[in-house]
Amino acid sequence: MGIAVGLAGLAFGAAAVTAGLTVAQACALSLFAFTGASQFALVGVVAGGGNLVAGTAGAILLGARNGLYGLRLAGLLGVRGWSRLPVAHGVIDETAAVALAQPDERSARTGFFVTFASLYLTWNATTLLGALGTSRVADPAVFGLDAVGPATFLAILWPRLTGGDPETRTLRLIAGGGAVIALAATPFTPPGVPVLLAAVAVLAVLLRRPR
Amino acid sequence: MTIWWAVAVTCAACYVLKLAGLSAPRRILDHPGVQRFAALVPVALLAALIAVQSFAHGQALHVDWPRTAGLGAAVVALLLRAPFLVVLAVAAVVTAALRHLLG
Repeated sequence: MGIAVGLAGLAFGAAAVTAGLTVAQACALSLFAFTGASQFALVGVVAGGGNLVAGTAGAILLGARNGLYGLRLAGLLGVRGWSRLPVAHGVIDETAAVALAQPDERSARTGFFVTFASLYLTWNATTLLGALGTSRVADPAVFGLDAVGPATFLAILWPRLTGGDPETRTLRLIAGGGAVIALAATPFTPPGVPVLLAAVAVLAVLLRRPR
Repeated sequence: MTIWWAVAVTCAACYVLKLAGLSAPRRILDHPGVQRFAALVPVALLAALIAVQSFAHGQALHVDWPRTAGLGAAVVALLLRAPFLVVLAVAAVVTAALRHLLG
């Protein structure tokens, strides 16, 4: 997982600079936002010449799932008061996955902090490398680097869409619906907004199958 | 709104959301609708991002053939269960090669 995150960090640094962010802006996102999908989302909207307010809103909406991980981890990690402030920064997909997969609270806590520390270092170091490397390339499009952003999302999404069970079929429906809604809205709304509207696909599926 | 503002607001809001989760009352988690929405929203947003980054430029829909072929190659790589880095490299190399040949 460390290697995968390191590579995603390189891809993020490259995508950010290709989109027109400075190296410092790319690194600030990795240091202080530290949640890959949101960072890629913001950079993606900037790359499309999009509305920054809508791009920021999309990034924040993607960051909302970390709040749900936090809900699940709160009891497990047993942190209270001020100690929540530094711990909160580490609540992301990967740390939650590792912590929630452990058999007891002690190893969950160890898993969380080891994953947090190693990923934080890897993610920030590789963001810097990717951003610096790309900033020396005069035209990133010549090297096909503009395809790296969408390909990263595709690789992240892919495992959740392959399989024959009903839940996976629902996910494919949501993914397809989200893509169609976003493209259909593109000519009529400022860039960045179509991605937000894609969340409607989730509401449609939830209302269709109340659980 | 400059890019720095967007970066700062994204960083602050993402951190506050993480902290809010750690600090919120437990009963919010017990609501099945909240859980389900949180699990499904990233799928819709990621799919929309792929579509928009591939086929939209500003408010215009257009197809950049080299990039589309690069993403098609990435799909083939995923179908062949290629590792993450290989998928990204395939997308970039195919896009760059076609752009070089066509341009």
